[in-house]
Amino acid sequence: MGSYVPNTLEERQAMLEGMGFQSMDDLFKHIPEEVKIKNGLDIPEGMSELEVSRRMKKIAGKNRVFETIFRGAGAYRHYIPAIVKTVISKENLLTAYTPYQAEISQGILQSIFEYQTMISDLTGMDVSNACVYDGATAAAEAVVMCQERKRSKTFVSATVHPDVMAVIRTYCFGNGVEIVEIPEKNGVTDLEFLAANIDDTTAGVLIQHPNYYGNLEDAAAIGEITHGAGARYVMCVNPITLGVLKSPREYGADIAVGEGQPLGLSLGFGGPYLGFMTCTEKLVRKLPGRIVGQTRDHNGKVGYVLTLQAREQHIRREKASSNICSNQALCALAAGVYMASVGSEGLKEVATQCTSKAHYLAEGLKSIGFALEYENFFHEFVTISDKDSSKVLEALEAEGILGGLALDEKRILWCCTEVNTKDEMDAVVRILKEV
Amino acid sequence: MLIFEKSRPGRGICALPGNDVPAVLPSQKDLRETKLHLPELSEVELSRHYTELAKKSHGVNDGFYPLGSCTMKYNPRINEEMAGLPQFTEIHPLQPAHTVQGCLEVLKTAERYLCEITGMDAMTLQPAAGAHGEFTGLLLIKAYHESRGDKARTKIIVPDSAHGTNPASAAMAGYSVVSIPSREDGCVDLDKLREAVGPDTAGLMLTNPNTVGLFDKNILEITEIIHSCGGLCYYDGANLNAVMGVVRPGDMGFDVIHLNLHKTFSTPHGGGGPGSGPVGCKAELAQFLPSYRVAEGEELSLYKAENSIGEVKSFYGNFLVVVRALTYMMTLGKEGIPEASKNAVLNANYMMNQLKDLYTMAYDEVCMHEFVMTLDPLKNETGISAMDIAKGLLDFGIHPPTMYFPLIVHEALMVEPTETESKETMDYAISVFRDLYEKAHQDPEALHMAPVTTPVTRMDEVGAARNPVLRYKFD
Repeated sequence: MGSYVPNTLEERQAMLEGMGFQSMDDLFKHIPEEVKIKNGLDIPEGMSELEVSRRMKKIAGKNRVFETIFRGAGAYRHYIPAIVKTVISKENLLTAYTPYQAEISQGILQSIFEYQTMISDLTGMDVSNACVYDGATAAAEAVVMCQERKRSKTFVSATVHPDVMAVIRTYCFGNGVEIVEIPEKNGVTDLEFLAANIDDTTAGVLIQHPNYYGNLEDAAAIGEITHGAGARYVMCVNPITLGVLKSPREYGADIAVGEGQPLGLSLGFGGPYLGFMTCTEKLVRKLPGRIVGQTRDHNGKVGYVLTLQAREQHIRREKASSNICSNQALCALAAGVYMASVGSEGLKEVATQCTSKAHYLAEGLKSIGFALEYENFFHEFVTISDKDSSKVLEALEAEGILGGLALDEKRILWCCTEVNTKDEMDAVVRILKEV
Repeated sequence: MLIFEKSRPGRGICALPGNDVPAVLPSQKDLRETKLHLPELSEVELSRHYTELAKKSHGVNDGFYPLGSCTMKYNPRINEEMAGLPQFTEIHPLQPAHTVQGCLEVLKTAERYLCEITGMDAMTLQPAAGAHGEFTGLLLIKAYHESRGDKARTKIIVPDSAHGTNPASAAMAGYSVVSIPSREDGCVDLDKLREAVGPDTAGLMLTNPNTVGLFDKNILEITEIIHSCGGLCYYDGANLNAVMGVVRPGDMGFDVIHLNLHKTFSTPHGGGGPGSGPVGCKAELAQFLPSYRVAEGEELSLYKAENSIGEVKSFYGNFLVVVRALTYMMTLGKEGIPEASKNAVLNANYMMNQLKDLYTMAYDEVCMHEFVMTLDPLKNETGISAMDIAKGLLDFGIHPPTMYFPLIVHEALMVEPTETESKETMDYAISVFRDLYEKAHQDPEALHMAPVTTPVTRMDEVGAARNPVLRYKFD
């Protein structure tokens, strides 16, 4: 069996005897016998590192890695510069705990401060927290942030990612906030429904832009309706798109959240990912989770600490703004390194290539009989066709391509990013012509 | 220096080829107008920047990390290597089931092992961290009571020694919190518990061993008191590292538990995350678990539990963290897992015994995987607080114990060596603790100034909160 206990059996025995014990069992004497395990654990025996490696590789080998992917729907394959992985593998960063001891955690604290700066610059908002679990939990936390004493109802557009909607509903099962779903109309949020139903008991309105179907919402108009009723406007955004698209602040958002996975995190079968949360200065004390602030040490030297902790569970207990404790710090670090490595122009280039390629593929699919459900999209789009979705996707899979996500028998949600080449897209069109 | 101050216009790395299709942009009304200020650095500058930040950070690999309640054990390298396999990292979460059989096997196998270790019948790996698991577990309890038409249960009982996430999670799940005082020995006061329970009790949240490092011997009676009034028992797995393979929460009478894979199962903390907080439950509660679950059959597949509380996160949790934990469990196996716990307890008792002649132990009896000292007497004598001792340790390359927790012990320092530390490492830490004790008497002023060898000294935290500077301001 493998073991990470350094002390030898003799050393352990000497330690025991030094305390007047005969055996390890003496240390557990005070545990009532009737609850103790009698016959050991029913799991396999331990293994050497080589055996474990073989076993795990065999399991991993049962997965299929697609060379080419045209599927997004909440998880995106982008190019990750080599330096990202190098940085997040550095052991001082990887194996550190939460930076409560500021004097020996300046590196981590500074990296979070830089991340907060980059993310809030990207969204155009005043402040960012140090991150939450993922985009969906960020959205659910944002709904909580909107609540006020006389406003307890939040409108959520039906065009958000289904997981975002599901997680918001789960959180609201807990906290009792009322969720009203704004219906979809022509692939986007139904503005008339919102305008007709929003009132002075509405705490917030949450949309996703571009939405689940890749479509651009009339985000400025939704912001106006929301503020007209005195409610808070939450936008869920894909950070990559912000290289080109207006920032949430420019659309009037009070809170901007999203899934940070596109910023340098691998697909990883769904996690770990990164939830980012940014807001206006006015809302900072309602922001959940850790926040890093700049200050000085006793000698006047500039440094960083976890701050505004009076919002948090270890101080406020049941009155805290959230229960969050561990977050996704290493993922936020990866996102920071990613943003720093591509830079402003690089991010604009990535975003431009994503939307350009999506339009190129869409045109190609149109040329072979697929119809576009909606034309005003960014880097994801929905096709409708007479061809059975499963047949379309199977034909691509046979050629080593993971096609879009089937929404139903006729509709497919496609995604392109900068890693998809023209040749790959031409191949999709060529293959599907025959289906 | 901040990365923004190192930025020079025009620098950068060459990551992408040019666009090989005609450029298309959204219409003018959706185009970004405000300038972006992402840093522009060459790769060498970027690389050095983060190496500099790494140097100013302290991980488990930098030295002893006896941070109570956090189980900062060594993070085995093989775990990292396995989690980095492209057949795991390059898998899209929405691939067809027949192309992700390996991922599903990881989830299923991890679920099976963790259920066996904890005595539970079913488990979800979706929650991303311990607190997230608590919230999920409490929603299971809520769904259970509601499914029986029992809407009167609005209260969760939490001992005053509990971690702050317990009451915060209960509040998020819509419960009011009943805090019950602990007995002098840190254990649950059975009389107080009996007084607190009633038809409005939804459940009890407890750790065992508790937050003072003692195993509550009355555990069967405690869980029975809750069950007999119709409530359910929730086990906070923060302290599971003390008892793996020795005793199981499921056998103590707990109905729902969460685990912290980033504590007990050796996955790295990453400077604050990502963790993983699987939630296990007894069979009757499995129908409420978050989706998706893995079904066995000719091939593995995903399904939603019939009365699921819904998703608590996108997709299937922090999958790559689960890969690390499974690698760890496979390595240790049926003998290695109890061996880890037994040595964690041995190490804690060893350190406690070597310190108790100088430092006052909050509870002077055989401890489990951690022990709590109170520095009240030292503070009264010398003015040196738990904070001062903690900061003093920093100058010797030792991460301080958890400070000022649990709240029921004054001037608390909570020490958890873990099983992965050698006797020499502990002996060194013991000698440092003893030296600091001397220093507290001889030169308290110097200790108030500690640390002095770190990149910065003690920070002005009050100023940071009073005038928050939460981002770099561009001109």
